[in-house]
Amino acid sequence: MTTEPLLSVSDLRVRFRIGGMMSALAGRRTEIEAVSGVGFTLERGQTLALVGESGSGKTTLARAVDGLQPAAGGSIRFEGRELRDLPKKDWKPLRRKMSMMFQDPVGSLSPRLSVRSLLAEPFAIHGLSGRSLDAEVERLLALVGLPRDFADRYPHQLSGGQARRVGVARAVALDPELIIADEPTAGLDVSIQGEVLNLLNDLRDRMGLSMLIITHNLHVVRQIADRMAVMYLGRFVEEGETEAIFRAPHHPYTAALLSANPEPDPDKVHNRIALPAEVPSLLDRPSGCEFHTRCPFAQDICRTQAPTPSALGSSRLTCHFPLNAGPSAVEAIAAS
Amino acid sequence: MTVLDVKDLSVDFATEAGTLQALRKVSLKVPANRIVGVVGESGCGKSTLINAVLGLLADNGRVTAGQILFEGKSDLVHLDGTGMRALRGQRIATVFQDPMGALNPVLSVGKQMRDIQYRSGRSRKEKDALSVEMLRKVRIPDPEHRLAQFPHEFSGGMKQRIAIAMALLMRPSLLIADEPTTALDATLEVAIIELLKDLQKQIGCSVLFISHHLGVIAELCDEMIVMYAGEVVERGSTRDIFHNPRHPYTKKLLACDPARLARREPRLPTIPGTLPDLRNRPKGCVFQSRCELADDVCSTMPPDTALSTSHVARCWHTDETAGAAA
Repeated sequence: MTTEPLLSVSDLRVRFRIGGMMSALAGRRTEIEAVSGVGFTLERGQTLALVGESGSGKTTLARAVDGLQPAAGGSIRFEGRELRDLPKKDWKPLRRKMSMMFQDPVGSLSPRLSVRSLLAEPFAIHGLSGRSLDAEVERLLALVGLPRDFADRYPHQLSGGQARRVGVARAVALDPELIIADEPTAGLDVSIQGEVLNLLNDLRDRMGLSMLIITHNLHVVRQIADRMAVMYLGRFVEEGETEAIFRAPHHPYTAALLSANPEPDPDKVHNRIALPAEVPSLLDRPSGCEFHTRCPFAQDICRTQAPTPSALGSSRLTCHFPLNAGPSAVEAIAAS
Repeated sequence: MTVLDVKDLSVDFATEAGTLQALRKVSLKVPANRIVGVVGESGCGKSTLINAVLGLLADNGRVTAGQILFEGKSDLVHLDGTGMRALRGQRIATVFQDPMGALNPVLSVGKQMRDIQYRSGRSRKEKDALSVEMLRKVRIPDPEHRLAQFPHEFSGGMKQRIAIAMALLMRPSLLIADEPTTALDATLEVAIIELLKDLQKQIGCSVLFISHHLGVIAELCDEMIVMYAGEVVERGSTRDIFHNPRHPYTKKLLACDPARLARREPRLPTIPGTLPDLRNRPKGCVFQSRCELADDVCSTMPPDTALSTSHVARCWHTDETAGAAA
């Protein structure tokens, strides 16, 4: 029991059908693979951040883990149990243990329910009406730092930060093991963002939660995640310990993302890795290493041969010529 | 020359629960050929400010005092609908946060770009040529063929660049950009910043750039204003504000940015307290309930204290706030 990670995903694939019969007749592709062979493990109490540009498959991956999107291949194991192709009725008890926080803090709350009903809803859905719902609502409001009288408010009467707190309270209502949070601080101001991140960090420590966080704010990743995974065209290009990646990114895309991060200092001299802004289409994946069309360090081999995943320090990555690898590592790669 | 000069602007909204003072005595200047940033938390009045400039306030909104001088002559507060329509899209252009929402999904990009040149009197061919030139300027590859395509055929970053091309098509003297990079990832965000800087120089327009991303403001803007609860609490050059913030709110806001933290902190800094109720503004300083320096004098309206020729803070205690950022 202790050796098994909470969540372990391997070779996960999610496909979407696109176009119709006409595209099929015209010989065009009718399917895209939005998540294409992704694997990772999440230990209890750990936080993993998924980063990458919009359209790189972060949200699709999270939805597949939560069973909202059927997987076309691979495996998702949660507490040792295979979730892929799990019958629908078996999902319901699982959702007590895995809760999801969606992107838009106000939009993810039903506008016609009061905060009290919103917080009581998870208990009703799971048939836990034996408890005193009023007491639970009060406990949850206190947990996320909202005053008691907020129970009678409606979502439109809440600010973004307050709505996000209600979302957090809903997510932790049934004592889950895992929280999947899609952009938990997008659209929030820096001071409110700090409050929400402090709250999530607190709850993780107090309740022993594990978290899978999706964000494109790298400063947030550094403050909350133990490990991070960088996605590009539905694949992980680099995955490893957050601090190690921030100190010395190995994949050129990771390095470019980190160097692009705008910083609040008008006199800062930026030493940026500029990338051409053209992101390839999933319909027409580049040959070889899929990043070669934008990579400033691409060589001939990158255009023809796909790199195999390799380990470097605490990271796993797919790149022929990793950066910050140290001379010995470069030789080892060159020799292989 | 000053392209946009807002003087002591106050805007009220009539609501069921009473009058909401969304802006109070807001002053700012956008000089020619400069990029001015507006930063502040949601609800601080950034959007009300640009809507007032564009003459697009909601029906229950009203300018109660002040002037908005555009290009030194017309006061936009008193301009009628016809006069405003002649300016919008021609002399004052806007780029919004969501590029998909700004483009019409059922018209080709070329058709939309021709429509913007409606008043130009050019022929269709000339209009298309200008559209192609503009798309090339925003680095859309193969623009001649792209004109026939529809918005959904472009990626998010490209759509935002097309929206910028459309905004600049009529060579406006003022471009208002409302959080144009929020929906993009870091690499695309930086690409848009570089693009805006280049275009601003080429076209010679001024830019009013609204964002709550401090890093983006620091990189792009020459000058900036900091708003809190409907007031401009501090304004100055970007250097003044980032290196020598003098309003207590600005200091706290800058300290909250996780980009300032070089390592993982157990607790991120926040600003304790909540925004004041804008239906029932506090007398005097709007930040006093959250400020450590607040004392009796703060219950009377603080003066706009000039700290240098360009740097102004609306605070009684600027003597005590000198020194490094909090």
